[in-house]
Amino acid sequence: MSTIHVDIVSAEREIFSGEAAMVFAPAILGEVGIAPGHAAMLTRMGPGEVRVQLPSGEQQAFYVSGGMLEVLPKVVTVLSDTAVRAHDLDEAAVLKAKQQAEESLKDRSGKLDLSRAQAELAELAAQLQTIQRLRRRGG
Amino acid sequence: MAVGKEIRVKIASVQNTQKITRAMEMVATSKMRKAQERMRAACPYADKMRNVVAHIAQAHSEYRHPFLIPRPLKRIGVIVVSTDRGLCGGLNSNLFRMLIQQIKKWQGDEVEFEFCTIGRKAAQFFQRIGGTVVGQTTRIGDQPHAEQLIGTVKIMLNAYLEGSIDAVYIASNNFVNSMTQKSDLEQLVPLKPQNDDSLQYHWDYIYEPEAKEVMDQLLERYVESLVYQCVIENIACEQAARMVAMKSASDNAGKLIKELQLIYNKARQAAITQELAEIVGGAAAV
Repeated sequence: MSTIHVDIVSAEREIFSGEAAMVFAPAILGEVGIAPGHAAMLTRMGPGEVRVQLPSGEQQAFYVSGGMLEVLPKVVTVLSDTAVRAHDLDEAAVLKAKQQAEESLKDRSGKLDLSRAQAELAELAAQLQTIQRLRRRGG
Repeated sequence: MAVGKEIRVKIASVQNTQKITRAMEMVATSKMRKAQERMRAACPYADKMRNVVAHIAQAHSEYRHPFLIPRPLKRIGVIVVSTDRGLCGGLNSNLFRMLIQQIKKWQGDEVEFEFCTIGRKAAQFFQRIGGTVVGQTTRIGDQPHAEQLIGTVKIMLNAYLEGSIDAVYIASNNFVNSMTQKSDLEQLVPLKPQNDDSLQYHWDYIYEPEAKEVMDQLLERYVESLVYQCVIENIACEQAARMVAMKSASDNAGKLIKELQLIYNKARQAAITQELAEIVGGAAAV
């Protein structure tokens, strides 16, 4: 029986690598089944299950939250995302990074604020100590 | 005997410091090992990505993605990867020094630049020296996740796609071995052409749904994975540099303790000798 090599990887680690008789993947336009010798294809994947049918007939399933699927006649590569990705989520991440940069620029006088905060903290700590001492004396 | 109390106190304080630096050294050693493992674990994804991108560059698609087309440089975006914490030797300052040299060169060529920073030290650096910072990510921790970097990377890629910058570079440290780290500036976008000679015939993928959509996502992920790699490599560098710095600090503390101990012993002996001399002198006087 002919087989096809399957690699499932995410940015952080390798998830599966080995030979398979058949692979099913959740392509964005619907689930695809890939047999050995499939035509070269490149597609996006939605969230779902990648099922790998091993030559022994056993089936293994891996959850992916999306990513890319590359099919070559002898190799299938699943490039899985590590998290659920959506356009607006990505934009939110952009905004967050931008905001952080702006804030830290505004904070160029930040050293002053820091020293003031430290002074306040020291004062509060002293107050706390006094209160504790008073309480101990009372009790 | 009340001889050299100050010296004894000083020795004790140096010993305490040494204990701390030694503990930090051991922590850094174990963290470095883990960081190296993560570096290795991320390799397959980057390799596979690189293969796919190399295939794309060779597949004769009618759609040419902007990431693959170089343009004349007028404005450059740089992603600066640094550590969140200090006490790691000259790791960050070496990187910044290299960056400043590069900036001077760009200024000479009349190329403008803007920055995105990853890590607290880079943010502080640009706060100090000024410069356009358009995005910032801090507190990435020891185990960064790829999705923490999305925002920063996307700012740069969006700017590139809009045409406001003409290239994206990344400045980070390369992990040579646990004793050596090399600061490095690499070009991310436009992508450098990859050569894979195994597929030199006329072919193209079936794209689903559209070549443009697929390539957009793929190349974005590719750049993200490159940045992620740089970040985890930088963390391995950070831990290695900290390990070395803490080791030399512990060694220096040891040396200091030895010297102080010698001074203390001498002072003690001098005191004893003096006391004896006084007793003998007193006895002789009687």
